[in-house]
Amino acid sequence: MLSVHVTRHLRDFTLDVAFSVQPGETLVLIGENGAGKSTVLNLISGILTPKSGKIVLGDRTLYSDEERIDIPAENRNVGHLFQSYALFPHMTVFENVAFGLRCRKVPKAEIARVVAEQLRSMNLADLSDVNVARLSGGQRQRVALARALVLDPELLLLDEPLAAVDMRAQGAMRKELRDRLRNAGIPCIVATHNLRDLLELGDRVCLIEEGRVAALGTPEEVLSMRDNEFIASFTGLEQ
Amino acid sequence: MDLTRSLPEREAFASGSRTRFGRVTLALLTAVLLGIFLLFITLPVVSLFLRISPEAFLRSLGEPVVLDALALSLITAAVSTAIVVLFGTPLALVNARREYRGRELVDTLTDLPIVLPPAVAGIALLMAFGRRGVIGQYLDIFGIHIAFTTLAVVIAQVFVASPFYIRQAKASFEAVDRLYEDAARTLGASPATVAFRITIPLAWGGLVSGAILSFARALGEFGATIMFAGNFQGRTQTMPLAIYTTMQGDLDAAISLAIILVMISFAVIAAVKIAARRRY
Repeated sequence: MLSVHVTRHLRDFTLDVAFSVQPGETLVLIGENGAGKSTVLNLISGILTPKSGKIVLGDRTLYSDEERIDIPAENRNVGHLFQSYALFPHMTVFENVAFGLRCRKVPKAEIARVVAEQLRSMNLADLSDVNVARLSGGQRQRVALARALVLDPELLLLDEPLAAVDMRAQGAMRKELRDRLRNAGIPCIVATHNLRDLLELGDRVCLIEEGRVAALGTPEEVLSMRDNEFIASFTGLEQ
Repeated sequence: MDLTRSLPEREAFASGSRTRFGRVTLALLTAVLLGIFLLFITLPVVSLFLRISPEAFLRSLGEPVVLDALALSLITAAVSTAIVVLFGTPLALVNARREYRGRELVDTLTDLPIVLPPAVAGIALLMAFGRRGVIGQYLDIFGIHIAFTTLAVVIAQVFVASPFYIRQAKASFEAVDRLYEDAARTLGASPATVAFRITIPLAWGGLVSGAILSFARALGEFGATIMFAGNFQGRTQTMPLAIYTTMQGDLDAAISLAIILVMISFAVIAAVKIAARRRY
């Protein structure tokens, strides 16, 4: 289980959120641009440091200001998919997926086997030697996911996972992503602007407004809050 | 006066021809200025080639003074470039990525040799490393002499050429999107792995062109070298010093050395352009 309580000063307000996510559960973060969704993900993966709080993943404390624990990002074993995917532009698909294994000093033969298997399971085998600059949005998304999943992360964070996938492919990609998240059996957090993402991926929803948790519950519970301005426009615009 | 047009039409016609006239004049003026300037740059360089026959050029290439200077210049410039890259790369990376107190000061100090006149650099190095210099006097106790040796040539070159690399390297590191570094860290890369496998490869083109510029500056170094290292053939007489020396007796040798430097300069410009164009 992941349990999070973090605070951090942002430009216009102080971020202060708390929630927990069960293994196999997907929590969807929604909220206005700049409400702090991406910051929450960055704090959990260790790219940013909270001002205070505590992050516990399974039996490991990743961050605690009281206990003076701050495990660096490279030792957290948290898969983090960025909105633009951040695939390394000077590497092939294979090299991108192998990157984390190389950092862990996995033997070469083992890397070749594991990466090939991962690429095959994600229908990327044919693209192994292709430079990532030549990939479509959907292919990039799959490579980014493969790059994170090949390391058996204990937690998966996805920032707008389908925003860079073209509209026609989004439906199929979303279903595929849902199956992979279910199969992974680890806690997942998805930050999104997209109502479809919320409905198809989310087991629970957390609405963040100006750095605070404004609502936390099942999709039905949160989406029924029609008197909330954001929910009203969120559901109104997209349906 | 053209009475078939209305007043506004006539005004528009007049101002139209005025702007057209203005545009042509401006274009002509620009072309003339450009032509004069290009001539000013190329004429002296071309004159070098016109003043010597190919036979005399080839004959000069066999002169010991030319060969010694060429070998010494290439070796010292290569060594000083290697030193600049070794020390300058971490410095540029830290200054591009880390906020710390005094960073502005470090930036200013590393830039200083660009604006410092070479003669000032020469006497400054002498006051530091000369036999009675601030550090030199202690080295002297151990019998270590730096001034007027080949090492002094390298030190002078490092001193004057380092900003060319460091500035370019810092700009190239700053241009690398931090997102790639963040992604690498979440995948388990230590800070050193991030630097060697992500940041440096992504900044590679800029680093190479910075190193080439630094090499070119080291190759052309004159003022600081002659003051701090002296002018001894085979030991401290680099190509620019050899040109200055031979000019007084063997003009053909001086011109030949100059032509070699011109060719290297052209090669440097071409190499920098290619390095800058190449991505990853």
